[in-house]
Amino acid sequence: MFSQEQAVAWTRATAARVEERATELTRLDQAIGDGDHGINLQRGFRAALERLPGAGDGDLGGALKAVSMALIGKVGGASGPLYGSFYLAMAKQLGTATEVDDAELAKALRAGYDAVVARGKAQPGDKTMLDAMGPALDALDAAVDAGQPLGEALDAAAAAAEDGMRATIPLVARKGRASYLGERSAGHQDPGATSTHLVMQALADTVNGR
Amino acid sequence: MKKLINAVDDFVLESVEGMCRAHADLVAYNPDPIVVYRKDTPRQGKVGIISGGGSGHEPMHGGFVGLGMLDAACPGAVFTSPTPDQMQWATEKVDGGAGVLHIVKNYSGDVMNFEMAAELAEGTRVESVVIDDDVAVKDSLYTQGRRGVGGTVLLEKIVGALAEEGADLDAITAMARDVIANVRSMGLALTSCIVPAAGTPTFEIGDDEVEIGIGIHGEPGRERIKMESADQLTDRITNPIIEDLGLTSGEKVLVFVNSMGGTPLAELYVVYRRVAQLLDGGGVEITRSLVGPYITSLEMQGASVTILRLDDDKTRLWDAPVHAPGLRWGV
Repeated sequence: MFSQEQAVAWTRATAARVEERATELTRLDQAIGDGDHGINLQRGFRAALERLPGAGDGDLGGALKAVSMALIGKVGGASGPLYGSFYLAMAKQLGTATEVDDAELAKALRAGYDAVVARGKAQPGDKTMLDAMGPALDALDAAVDAGQPLGEALDAAAAAAEDGMRATIPLVARKGRASYLGERSAGHQDPGATSTHLVMQALADTVNGR
Repeated sequence: MKKLINAVDDFVLESVEGMCRAHADLVAYNPDPIVVYRKDTPRQGKVGIISGGGSGHEPMHGGFVGLGMLDAACPGAVFTSPTPDQMQWATEKVDGGAGVLHIVKNYSGDVMNFEMAAELAEGTRVESVVIDDDVAVKDSLYTQGRRGVGGTVLLEKIVGALAEEGADLDAITAMARDVIANVRSMGLALTSCIVPAAGTPTFEIGDDEVEIGIGIHGEPGRERIKMESADQLTDRITNPIIEDLGLTSGEKVLVFVNSMGGTPLAELYVVYRRVAQLLDGGGVEITRSLVGPYITSLEMQGASVTILRLDDDKTRLWDAPVHAPGLRWGV
């Protein structure tokens, strides 16, 4: 089961890790982008914390929509609309529920993924956040279908996100500002895939009480 | 990092505030969401022209708000596209009942944020054009495509003049697409630049190196080469433009030589001299010119060349009066 309290805790955990790793994310972006990914996410998640309802205050849709609106309004760049669309689709999918079962959480995350695809028009292998998000959700679906407990399933998802993130290193970027580098983008880990792994790891750690 | 800033987080807003104080007769701003707008907007029956993009390119875009150019500009954080709430606010502010044109530079973030804003703007007819004039980037189905760079300045001037004449949204959108089809640019960087919030240079470049095909956010371009003479470097960024535009003898053009922020005017004229020689050689006539820092990358040293193929309409619209903080003639 996944509750509104856990969604709030997930956002807080994500915000804390973005603070810790903002410099690292920005450095990755300086290598192949325009050098602001960590700064932009930091601004967005600080705004998300301000707008986030308290634990137990309202439904899952309300909590995730607050995160979405903060990111869309404060992040800018490509990551603002992309992460904003991700959380907004999750919010729509979960709606007024205050607690959902594991399959419904997986379905909401999948709706988030589809929204990122629709907004960014990237394909797997383009060296984007999808390269971490796609494998993570495939692993989650498989684990949930196999009846594994949610904590274990999300650990599998986070591990797959990490593998996907590392697998972006040799790729040549085909979307976003890194694509201007062409072949020179190979050899660098994608900043968007790195922040997506951070988000998935924060979810796994939250559900597992870490 | 040594910059004239108070606090990193206040930089964009304080800069906008200063510009609006300096040009209080022309422009004003809304602090949240941050939008620079023409003092006399909305004008009933006039199509509103809006642009926006990351800050750090001054005078673009805020400096181009005024008579005969933009009705509003949405400044994002430095080198970061603005957010949909800014464009939505600006769209509603400048709508005089004749619709609004969004001028968007082709970056994934700008395109997505403007798309979301157009979806949010209910009750206003919005058209969007995406400018992608940078020949340094290979255009293909599998990439983001070419970036919007120096041609944006010329586009905003020409389209703004047409809106001032009272043309309707369809005619203005068609003219915008016509300009986009006939303008190309390419730039180079001698040094990097420091985004205030990052505090370190966006990229490293040696004292004896030049980045050919630089983007306006310090994104790398075609290649990194050893330093050469001004003429050799100018050839490297001008010939691809001439080739891509397919310029032929007898055609008329506007040449725009732009500073990335740190290159002085004297060097820009050395570049302009060489561009003129190259065009002379091909029998192409330069009938209009613009030289100076108009679309910059903070303090980066470097320059870009933009060439626009002119016809009578575009020449007339270029010559039309403009009065904005960053561009003024005929007034």
